[in-house]
Amino acid sequence: MSARGQVYLWAAQRISAVLLAFCVCVHLITLIYAVRGGLSAAEILARTHASIGWGTFYAVFVLAVAVHAPIGLRTILAEWLGWRGTALQVVTVFVALAIAVLGLRAVWAVIA
Amino acid sequence: MKNDWRARNHPAWWAFIVHRLSGVALALFLPLHFWALGQALQGEAKLESFLRWSDQPAVKGAEILLVLLLAAHMTGGLRLLMLEFLGWRDWQKSLLAVAAGTTFMFALVFLLNLV
Repeated sequence: MSARGQVYLWAAQRISAVLLAFCVCVHLITLIYAVRGGLSAAEILARTHASIGWGTFYAVFVLAVAVHAPIGLRTILAEWLGWRGTALQVVTVFVALAIAVLGLRAVWAVIA
Repeated sequence: MKNDWRARNHPAWWAFIVHRLSGVALALFLPLHFWALGQALQGEAKLESFLRWSDQPAVKGAEILLVLLLAAHMTGGLRLLMLEFLGWRDWQKSLLAVAAGTTFMFALVFLLNLV
């Protein structure tokens, strides 16, 4: 990958990390609150169903993960397993798309 | 080889390993998490049935571990962002301890609410 491409990946990793720090904090606090007295589908869906706020939050969360996680995995595959070239790019893009599609489907499932 | 190990056995190297391995574990867990939430597409009862399955002690244990890994990855990541963007300051030596403390605080509060 070109030096410019590497810089873009580095920047995308850091920008998504800042977003994720906020999202994960909110997620952890929500989790801690939600598990009090046990999790139930009715309670989860009552909070998220038709909620534009939660829908937007989780969609942003998923998209930030879809940027952040593949870049991290790409670095690990390159540094620890020596992957290079097209295979590495294909796997990175595949992981990004899979996280985005599966994640947005999950958001839709609890919002719609 | 001995030297290699001694060079690696220090807190910053362990922080690096924890950040990497927690990141991989979280990435592997994500499809399962999304699949579980996706159960709601087939109705509230389907999601409820999955949640009742997840009441098993082993699954609860895995949830606590995942919260620990998520908190560890977040606090470790914030430490890296501070190191990269704020420039080196003496107080940053304490960031590892702050990150570890915050991680265990989140996991402990989750555990106390879960049981």
